[in-house]
Amino acid sequence: MNKRFTRGVVALVAAVSLLATACGSDEAAVGSGDCDSVDSVSLQLQWVTQAQFAGYFAAVDRGIYNDYCLDVTILEGGVDIVPQQQLASGAVDFAISWVPKALVSREQGADIVNVAQVFQRSGTLQVSWADAGIGSDPANLRGKKVGNWGWGNEFELVAGLRDAGVEDGSYEMVGQSFDMMALLNREIDAAQAMIYNEYAQVLEAKNPATGRLYEASDLAIIDWNDVGTAMLQDAIWASGERLASDPNYEDITTRFVAGSLEGWAHCRDNAGDCVDAVLDNGSALGESHQEWQMNEINNLIWPSPDGAGMISSDAWSQTVEVATTSGDLQAAPDSGAYTNEYVEAALDILSGKGVQTFGSGWQPKSVTLREGGE
Amino acid sequence: MTKRKALRTALTVLVTLILFVLFWEGYKWMGQQTDDHWPGTGFGLPVSTDDLTMPHSGDIFKELTDDIRAGRETLPMTVYLAKKAGFTFLEAAIGFSLGVIVGLVLAIFMLRWRFAERGFLPWINVSQTVPLIALAPIVVTWARLQGYPDMVGISLIATYLTFFPVAVSGLRGLQSPDSSDVELMHSYAASWSSTLIKLRLPAARPFLFPAFKLAATLSVVGSIVGEISIGTKTGLGRAILDFAQRYAVWPERLYSSVIAASLLGLFVFGLVNAAEWLVIKRGREVLK
Repeated sequence: MNKRFTRGVVALVAAVSLLATACGSDEAAVGSGDCDSVDSVSLQLQWVTQAQFAGYFAAVDRGIYNDYCLDVTILEGGVDIVPQQQLASGAVDFAISWVPKALVSREQGADIVNVAQVFQRSGTLQVSWADAGIGSDPANLRGKKVGNWGWGNEFELVAGLRDAGVEDGSYEMVGQSFDMMALLNREIDAAQAMIYNEYAQVLEAKNPATGRLYEASDLAIIDWNDVGTAMLQDAIWASGERLASDPNYEDITTRFVAGSLEGWAHCRDNAGDCVDAVLDNGSALGESHQEWQMNEINNLIWPSPDGAGMISSDAWSQTVEVATTSGDLQAAPDSGAYTNEYVEAALDILSGKGVQTFGSGWQPKSVTLREGGE
Repeated sequence: MTKRKALRTALTVLVTLILFVLFWEGYKWMGQQTDDHWPGTGFGLPVSTDDLTMPHSGDIFKELTDDIRAGRETLPMTVYLAKKAGFTFLEAAIGFSLGVIVGLVLAIFMLRWRFAERGFLPWINVSQTVPLIALAPIVVTWARLQGYPDMVGISLIATYLTFFPVAVSGLRGLQSPDSSDVELMHSYAASWSSTLIKLRLPAARPFLFPAFKLAATLSVVGSIVGEISIGTKTGLGRAILDFAQRYAVWPERLYSSVIAASLLGLFVFGLVNAAEWLVIKRGREVLK
C-alpha cells in the first residue's frame, strides 16, 4: 500500500514535470497531439492481423496514438511466439495476452502486470452439430470426442466439464488444429471455436448436403460465460519491473492504454473503418469474415460496465479460481498481477476528450457471412 | 546437345506433372465411387477423397488465376503469391549466404586443426537435432533486443539449417585431394593457404555444389518455417498460415500457396545449378 502510494506520487510528480516541460506556457492536455517528443513503443499481438486487434491497428493508422505522442509498432504473433514472454524478456514494451496464460507465465517468473482488461467477456465456445444433441450443456459432452487447441486454451472447457460432473476419462480430449475441418468432417463431436473466428468459419462453409452455407441453426454452442467458467481474455500487459522503476514508462503506459481504448471506442462507432484498417494491414482473411469478427469483438468489449479496460475483481477472481482449481496455477497470484491505476488515469484523459468509454448503448449488428468469408 | 538435354528435361517434368494430376484425379474418382474404400474390400483409403481434403486439380489451378483481395487492392493469386515469394526469397538469400559463409569457415577451421574437427563435428551434427520450435523464440528475442527487424531472426533460422550441409560436405571436399597432390604442393614449398586456394578449394567443388543445392532449398524451408513460427506481415509462410486457417472453407488456396512454395524451392535450386554450370562446367571448357 505504502509502496504503491509512493509509486503513485512518483508517477504524479513525473507526469506533472513532464507536462510542465512539454507545455511550456500553453497548457496542452495529454492526447491533444501537441508533442515535444515522441516515444517509440512496440506491441506484441498473440496472432496475425485480424479484427481481434482492430483497435490497435486503427489507433496506429488513424493517428490516435500520435495524439498521445506515441509511435507504436505492432508485431504480429506467430505459432511459437508467446507474447507475455516477449514482454518479460524486454523484447517488446507491451503485449496482448489472455489472463490465465499470462498468469501461468507470471507464476513461472515473468514480471508482468495486467494494466487494462480490454475484453470484458470470454469469446470461447464449444461448438457441436445441433443434431448431435449436445446443446448448451457441458454435461452432454460425456462420452464424446471433445476437440481443443491445448496450450492453455482448454482451461474453461476442462473447468466446465468438471463443474458439470463429467469426470476425467469419461470423454476423449482430441487435439484440434486451427481450422474446423475435424468438426466439418465429424471426426470430433464438439470443437473449440472463438465466436469471432472459427465459429464464423463453419458458417462460411458450404453444406455438401444442401449446397448452401451452413446456418447457425445447424449448430449448438456451449458458451462458457453462461456456464460460469469463463476466463478473462485479451488484456494489455506491461512490464512490472519497468513500472516500478521507470516513471517515464509509467507515463507511456497511461498514454498507451488511453490511445488503445480510444482506438477501440473508434471501432465501436466506426466498425467499417476499422475493418478497412485491418484489411489495409494485409490480412488474407475476407471482408465479411472481418466484419463478423469486428462485430463480435465489439460485443466482447462493450458495454464495459466499469469503463473500458477496467479489471473487474469478480471476473478476475473467477479466472483465478478456475485456474487454481484445475491446478494450472499453483496459487492465486499476488495483488501486483493487475492494477487499475493506469486504466483509471487513461479513462480520465478520455472523458476529458469526450470519448465515450462505457458503450452502454452498444447493440450488436447482424452481419451476413459470405462463402469463404469474402 | 545441351539444347536437346534441356528439352528432354522439360518434357520429363511435363510428363511427370501430367502423370501426377492423372493419379490425383484417378485416386479421387475411385474414392468417390467406393466411398473411400479400396475397390472390392472393406479397407479404407489412407486419404479421403472429398473436395475438402483433395480439391480437384483444375480448381487448384483455377485458384492460381483467380483474384484475391490483398488489403484494399485485388490481385490475381499468382501476383499475390509472387509478391509474398519475393520477400521469402530475400530472407532465404540472406540465410543461404550467411549459411555458406559460416559453413565454409567451419570447414576450413576443422581442416586446419584436427582437434577442431574432433571437437566441432559432433556438435555440428547435434545442432540439427534442436527443434526449430525451441530455436525460434530464442532467435527472435535476441534479434529484437539488438533492435533488428524480425526478418533478421527469420534469416538466422534459415542460416541455422543451411550451414550444416555446407560445413560437413565442405570438410569432406577439402580433404578429398590425393595425398600425392598435397605432397606435390609441399614440394613446391606452397604455404598452407595457397594449398587451400589452389588445390583444396577447387577439389572441393564437386562436394560443395550438391551441398549448396541442399542448402538453397533448406534456406527456403527455414524462411517459411521461421515466418510461421515468428510471425511476419508478409512472406509465403504467412500466406500458408493464413490459408491453413481457412482450409475448411478454401482448401484450393492452401494448395496454391504450397505450390508457390515448391516453385520457389525449385527456383533457388535452379539458381545454384546455374552457378554450378558457370563455375564447374564452363571452367572445364576453358581449361580445354
